[in-house]
Amino acid sequence: MHGLINKSIQCFLRDTYGAGLWARVAQRADLDPAGFEAMLLYDDALAGQVLEVAAELLAKPRDCLLEDLGTYLVSHPNLEPVRRLLRFGGARFADFLHSLDELPDRARLAVPELDLPRLELVQIDEATFRLDCERRLPGFEHVLVGLMRTMADDYGALVIMECLPPDEALAHVSIRLIDNGFASGRSFELAAGS
Amino acid sequence: MALRLDPSALDALMPMNLLAGPEGRILHVGPTLAKTRPEGYFLGEDLFRLFRFKRPREVAGPEALRAAAGTPLRLWFRDDPQTQLRGEATACLDGGLLLNLSFGLYVFEAIGHYALNACDFATTDPTMEMLYLVEAKSAAMDASNDLTLRLQAARIAAEEQAFTDTLTGLKNRRALDLVLGRYRRQGTGFTLMGIDLDYFKRVNDTMGHAAGDQVLQHVARLMLARTGEGDTLVRTGGDEFMVILKDETDAAALLPRAEEMIAALEAPIALPDGACQVSASIGLCASTQFDRWEPRQILVDADAALYAAKRAGRSQVAVYAPGMEPSGETPDDKAARLLARPVAPAPPPVRTRPGR
Repeated sequence: MHGLINKSIQCFLRDTYGAGLWARVAQRADLDPAGFEAMLLYDDALAGQVLEVAAELLAKPRDCLLEDLGTYLVSHPNLEPVRRLLRFGGARFADFLHSLDELPDRARLAVPELDLPRLELVQIDEATFRLDCERRLPGFEHVLVGLMRTMADDYGALVIMECLPPDEALAHVSIRLIDNGFASGRSFELAAGS
Repeated sequence: MALRLDPSALDALMPMNLLAGPEGRILHVGPTLAKTRPEGYFLGEDLFRLFRFKRPREVAGPEALRAAAGTPLRLWFRDDPQTQLRGEATACLDGGLLLNLSFGLYVFEAIGHYALNACDFATTDPTMEMLYLVEAKSAAMDASNDLTLRLQAARIAAEEQAFTDTLTGLKNRRALDLVLGRYRRQGTGFTLMGIDLDYFKRVNDTMGHAAGDQVLQHVARLMLARTGEGDTLVRTGGDEFMVILKDETDAAALLPRAEEMIAALEAPIALPDGACQVSASIGLCASTQFDRWEPRQILVDADAALYAAKRAGRSQVAVYAPGMEPSGETPDDKAARLLARPVAPAPPPVRTRPGR
């Protein structure tokens, strides 16, 4: 698995719950306390182990932890580039939702080795969508829910989201768009640093 | 087939269009182009008064521009900010001119300057993808550079460790080979000064290894104080040292310096459990004593000089002379024997991949 994913999990745990928690997770998962390097590749099972240990130590359901990870990825100041890159998906939240189909390809443009699960947005009616997510990274749909919820805030959109029961190949998230831009969201200037 | 378009349709397809009449008077500008200047700046103005055409250079009026239809245009605003634009002109059926412009490479400056956003670019315009890519790549490059820096630091630390004797902080045999190899290639002249401590075994046996280690650290400091910046000071193993005195090519002239070194090493050394005293034997061998030299051979010859000094009694200095009896040990055997004493294990290599 790409180190960016492992490193994200590590930074999320460290920034949210403190260096002490990360040290305990690393110890229990038998990892170097320095953790992961963002630009190296790791064994696929490692990320799952880290999440399992962290969920156990925090006495928190794994799905909730993953959703918080999704929120963290687009809201922590250290990760501002991620939010900005996602905002390139479109001018309004609905455009952003449609751009999720391209997310794995966009990610690959940035980091060729980063292989994210395929996503497909299915529009059911004007305000209802279903996001189908290839089940390759277990729990990835929960990360997406946290990420989309936070991006909705960013766009100033009002949405209701929930994970639906998965089938064999795909996980599903239902998305109801109450308002495509009910309040003024966070600003997004194309020019970086402005 | 004649195409008739509403200006709003034109604006959606080409947000940076500029429509001029047959005489070059501006009739309409697309919304993104309009954003670059105050309201009312363009309409009714002479196209050639607002813009300077750089390529083709001769374009100074509507006639020349019509003739340049289909060739890539490069133009500037005449007033500040003199943003450079790229585009193409087409002659309209009524004799007017339609220009489709873009910021080209200057889009990065333009988006900051004119506070542009996604809606200011046509859906087919890959500018958004390009901006995305540039940001994504620089974020990835930052992460990559970060990793490179840390690996570089780890490599320097590892190399430093690999060439350093951990007890005394002097260089080790590997460094000695490296320096001799370099001097061989560069043709640098030098003298080897082999130093062997006398009575060290006695200190080790009577006062213990810890005291012995302290003595070695102490004599290392004394030797360092007596060598220059360009010299290389190596602990070849146990109680044996080798100094490569760079640019010193007269071994005999170094005799006083060697004797001074022995005198310094003979001074009593204060240890927690009492004082002790050691001495040293020194062998000298200069690279200029040979027409050609090889690292292995010159180390054997320096060792022969040291061996001669030892046989002459303790605290002696000897300069290598042809025919001197070799000590019978190759430098490698010698190092292996001297290093046979257990030493602290080297720190584990820096790991960049956690995991089992």
